[in-house]
Amino acid sequence: MDEKMLDKEVKQFVAFRVGDQEYGADIHKVSIIEKTLNFARVPATPNYIKGVVNLRGEIVTVMNLRLKFGLPEIEEDDETRTIIFRFNDVVLGVIVDSVDEVVTLRESDIESVTQITNDRSLDYIIGIAKVDGRLITLLNIEKLITELLEK
Amino acid sequence: MDMNQYLDIFIEESREHLQQLNISLLELEKDNKNKGVLNEVFRVAHTLKGMSGTMGFTKMQTLTHRMEDVLDALRNDRFFADSNMVDILFKCLDALETYVNTIAATGQEGDEAFPDVIDALHKILENNGSEKKAGDKASVPSSEPKEQNAEPAARSKIIELNQYDVNVIKKAIEAKKNVYQIHVVLDKGCLLKAARAFIVFQILEKNSDVIKSVPKVEDIEDERFDFDFTVVIITDNPEEFFVKEINSVAEISSVEVTPVVLDEADGKEDKIESNEKADVQKTETTAAAAASPQSNAGEQHKKFQKTGKTVRVDIDRLDILMNLVSELIIIKTRLEESSASKAGTDVESIEYLERITTSLHDAVMKVRMVPVETVFNRFPRMIRDISRELNKEIELHMSGEETELDRTVIDEIGDPLIHILRNSADHGIETHEERLKANKPSVGNIYLRAFQDGNNVVIEVEDDGQGIDVEKVRRKIIQKGLESPEIVESLSDNEVIEYLFKPNFSTADKVTDLSGRGVGLDVVKTKIEALGGVVEVSTARGKGSTFTIRIPLTLAIIQALLVRIGSEKYAIPLGSIQEIENVKPNEIRKVRNQEVILLRNMVVPIVRLGDILSVPDVEPDENKKSITCVIAKKGERLSAFIVDSLIGQQEIVIKSLGKVLSGVKYIAGATILGDGNVALILDVNSLAL
Repeated sequence: MDEKMLDKEVKQFVAFRVGDQEYGADIHKVSIIEKTLNFARVPATPNYIKGVVNLRGEIVTVMNLRLKFGLPEIEEDDETRTIIFRFNDVVLGVIVDSVDEVVTLRESDIESVTQITNDRSLDYIIGIAKVDGRLITLLNIEKLITELLEK
Repeated sequence: MDMNQYLDIFIEESREHLQQLNISLLELEKDNKNKGVLNEVFRVAHTLKGMSGTMGFTKMQTLTHRMEDVLDALRNDRFFADSNMVDILFKCLDALETYVNTIAATGQEGDEAFPDVIDALHKILENNGSEKKAGDKASVPSSEPKEQNAEPAARSKIIELNQYDVNVIKKAIEAKKNVYQIHVVLDKGCLLKAARAFIVFQILEKNSDVIKSVPKVEDIEDERFDFDFTVVIITDNPEEFFVKEINSVAEISSVEVTPVVLDEADGKEDKIESNEKADVQKTETTAAAAASPQSNAGEQHKKFQKTGKTVRVDIDRLDILMNLVSELIIIKTRLEESSASKAGTDVESIEYLERITTSLHDAVMKVRMVPVETVFNRFPRMIRDISRELNKEIELHMSGEETELDRTVIDEIGDPLIHILRNSADHGIETHEERLKANKPSVGNIYLRAFQDGNNVVIEVEDDGQGIDVEKVRRKIIQKGLESPEIVESLSDNEVIEYLFKPNFSTADKVTDLSGRGVGLDVVKTKIEALGGVVEVSTARGKGSTFTIRIPLTLAIIQALLVRIGSEKYAIPLGSIQEIENVKPNEIRKVRNQEVILLRNMVVPIVRLGDILSVPDVEPDENKKSITCVIAKKGERLSAFIVDSLIGQQEIVIKSLGKVLSGVKYIAGATILGDGNVALILDVNSLAL
């Protein structure tokens, strides 16, 4: 284990790509990352809810982050992944264009967005991190999903 | 070992006792001279006192102690239980329930001491001018007579020692230590026997070395003993010390300390050495024999044996078992499908597997079944309170309490039933005067019935009250602006009554504490439908109304019809399908903009599932020679669901859609098909017209 891991101020994020943006989600909330799964469409739901899948006997709702972010839907390819998030008693799959790596960040690496904008729709963004010259938007997945639950 | 491990048992048993107390108090109110019932009430109060004392819940103990005082006075004919007194006893019951609930939630009994209840109990005794005597008496019968009764059982039984024990004792005596045999007899009413014995052992272990115990310590800890046990100890303390210490423990009937004389033990030595096992058996039989002469003890013993045959299981464990069975059924379906497509597979074994899984499913379902009695038994008290509050005379008749329902349903069905019963008592049953005016007996009746009907359980609440005033409901619909007067006129009586289940709809002239606030029936409907059931009302003006609840027997695994709509597969529960009908496109007619078909001269509205579920690739009618209609029933009414084709009947496992999609319209859940794909289960209740 390298020194960075032992540091308490360090957090790990799963970095993934949607459109031309790179995002990160707290690794503790991620249960598993799957290739594409066969889903059943659920009627009378918002368009970004793709449906439900059978994840080893468990029925899991899957949402397309592209559609949620207002981007056009693309054909699934070899890179497409479904990240299964699991926290409290919520399980949700999120379809992303690709999953890149796990990044380890210090608190000091993360810049708050509230300094940049006051937009309330950005509530579910924790901050922005700079990694090797790339910008990663860190998502508060819990908030994003709780928002869905309230609707 | 600490007290906390008894907490669950304490809570569980207290609840059972409180339930018993509830039933007995209701009986006592009807017949206040019934000695049997009084004794029963006293016994429960006494047991609760003992149990709460052991667990260290002193406030609860104080309250039950006061109850016991009053009950003992009642038992000894010092005064009679009038309705006022029963009221106070009911208050005690409520207070005790509060304690138990607080304990269940927090592990502590809380700060509430219910001084008013205790005062009231005090006053009862004082007003009869004999409170001192009663107080004295109360504590006496609980211990003294029993002590006398127990005496024969406590006759000195010589514990049988093996060579090793004898050697130990010899050495102890040489070392000038005292060796005693102690025979402890517990109170016959004692419920936490193991806990009592544990306390006794604590005292003994602190002050001496326990070298032998009959029955074994492990058995005593697991409560596998009658009401007495014997130990041999080596100690420096004198005999009296132990008599005093052990007697200070609650619910101990007698303690007998005798010094061990070695000669006597020596004589038996050889026999024991040869067969130690027989030794244990023998002591067990003598223990049972010692108990049998007393009929009371014999009964207790029988009861104990009976409870030995049942097992309390955490509902979560049953859920796990149920899930595993579900998985098994899914994989069985997959096997069936693959065997159908492949030649030469062992059809016989697969059929055998199918039979086993079906039996296994039935068995697990049966384990989860609970009689509705557990819900029903709180209603007599409720109706009693309501009838007093409303100043009406109401009698509740219950039948079919033994009808069984899935545990999850039992937990949910209580509240809707309370609503309906309150409605019947408040709106249904008329006042005393009104009933006499209408030439009816002054006592109103509410019938609560449960019975099984095919794959459903039916619960009916019938009253012989005034029935629903349909005209009043019509006026209310117009008044609330829900429909225009013309439409209201065209509605049938049954359709009008349906409006009672709409949110915020109340016809009550005055709002009472109980009902009339417009919340209630809509909640009832939502809740029952969430359980996959239906509610219906039938009413006759002046004669009464009947609410009928129908709930499916099982929730987790059902028979379903798989259908195809476009490229999607859906499952429709077989229980809500009446029949399948093929109709020609030109047979579909339009009535008031609603598509209908004629089914044996009955007009059945059409539901185009493809449109409602917005299936992207649904087949248009023109491409079909005939249209497949699944005739679904919602209560008594039919709807024709149009699907593209039928796939077949299958046993499916219902899974929830999960938290994110909870409350989605038209869908009751999801199931996993044999090929691993997911099919949605249609919610017929919300789709049907």
